[in-house]
Amino acid sequence: MSLITPDFGLLFWMTLIFAVVFFILAKFGFPMITGMVNERSERIQDSIQKAREAELRLQNLAEEQKAMLDEARAEQARILKETAQARDAMIADARAKAQDEASKILSDAQVRIAAERESALRDIRKEVAILSVNVAEKVLRKDLSSNESQMELISKMVDEASSERTN
Amino acid sequence: MRRIKVVILLIMMLLPVSLRAQDMDMNEYLFGHIGDSYGWHITTINGHHVTVHLPVIVHSKTSGWHVFSSKHIEEGEEYEGFHIATAEEPHEGKLVEATPQGLVKPLDISVTKNVLGLAINSLVLVLLVLLGARWYRKHDAREEAPKGFAGIVEMMVMMVEEDIIKECVGKDYKRYSPYLLTAFFFIFINNLMGIVPFFPGGANITGNIAITLFLAVCTFLAVNLFGNKHYYKHIFWPDVPMFLKAFPLMPLIEIIGMFTKPFSLMVRLFANILAGHIMLLGVVAVVFLTAKLGFAMNAGLSVISVFFGVFMDVLELLVAFLQAYVFTMLSSVFIGLSRQEPEEE
Repeated sequence: MSLITPDFGLLFWMTLIFAVVFFILAKFGFPMITGMVNERSERIQDSIQKAREAELRLQNLAEEQKAMLDEARAEQARILKETAQARDAMIADARAKAQDEASKILSDAQVRIAAERESALRDIRKEVAILSVNVAEKVLRKDLSSNESQMELISKMVDEASSERTN
Repeated sequence: MRRIKVVILLIMMLLPVSLRAQDMDMNEYLFGHIGDSYGWHITTINGHHVTVHLPVIVHSKTSGWHVFSSKHIEEGEEYEGFHIATAEEPHEGKLVEATPQGLVKPLDISVTKNVLGLAINSLVLVLLVLLGARWYRKHDAREEAPKGFAGIVEMMVMMVEEDIIKECVGKDYKRYSPYLLTAFFFIFINNLMGIVPFFPGGANITGNIAITLFLAVCTFLAVNLFGNKHYYKHIFWPDVPMFLKAFPLMPLIEIIGMFTKPFSLMVRLFANILAGHIMLLGVVAVVFLTAKLGFAMNAGLSVISVFFGVFMDVLELLVAFLQAYVFTMLSSVFIGLSRQEPEEE
């Protein structure tokens, strides 16, 4: 049998056998295996994807937490600062008010003191006038025992009074 | 260890003695192993041939269908007007019918050694793959991966599917993967069984041109029946200067290329496996050919030949896989080329 001329009988059987083998394997053999393996690899892919998503979500959660914490801290700082400002403002306000009050009380006191002194001076003046009138009376009573002297004094006084009026 | 050495030495001493009687006909020895035959000669014990007789099925134009056992025509005998043509007659080695017009070759679809080998190997192949696939019926493949035998089958199948078919065919590889997978495992199993030196292995199937011709034709059909517009445009109206198309040089070359591609597939597989078988047989033949040269020479060369035989066998294991791989990969590449979409510009 020649090596390089294809033999018809063998070709015939080969066609038959290969067709049967191909039919069986293509129907029950390979698609079963490849299909199942593909399903499995899809599932694995899916699981990996899910795991990655979960990880991502976890990471996001941590980040969110951190952001919240930061926010709270900032809020705290802000509130503290505001409180300090309010306190300072209050103190300054109170100080200004106290000063006002004090100065008011002071000026009232001054006014009252001035009035007291005025009235005291008036009283003293009145007393001095009464005393001086009394003294003058006593002096006059003694000097005016004679008529001439009385007359002399009257004229002197009229002079004085008239000069005072002209002035 | 020592005992084993002694046994080996004894066998070596006995072998040439028992074989010395027969002279070796290298031609018959080689062609008897790599060629086809009507009966499957397994071995000879004390001059008695142990042969698997196979059915001979022939159709003669003059006398119609004949079906008989190959034992009737074994030694060049004539049966129902048929005998195996000798070296002097036309159609040497084939069954011919003696008619008044001379020797006529009938339509011959006998179940020969290669056909039986092919059937056995195909049975082995189908069993292996179906056994591998059976695992998936009993298990939920999404939850677990097979171990052991089914694991090996899955690994091999997926290696071919992922590394060869998916890579080389491209987008719609799923359509071709059953054929390409079948071709791969068919070639691989037949190659391996060809290396097994005793029945039911040893038939030179993938080293037979009829087998590789059939496989190449399958690839040719797979490439050209489903080729897309772009592929045929590339063959009949390629993007080359006009004078190369007007005088149809390029289309001619492309059309020849359509046939040379599967032809190279056919010859590559055939030649590689055939050469491997011949090399192995040649190395083994050294043991018998040197029998006449005396004990020392024979023993020495036999040791060398055994070492070379081991080496060749291991090499053939590699080749068995490699040729299946190459055939499948090139088929995939050719199919991929026929399915290529024009590049967007």
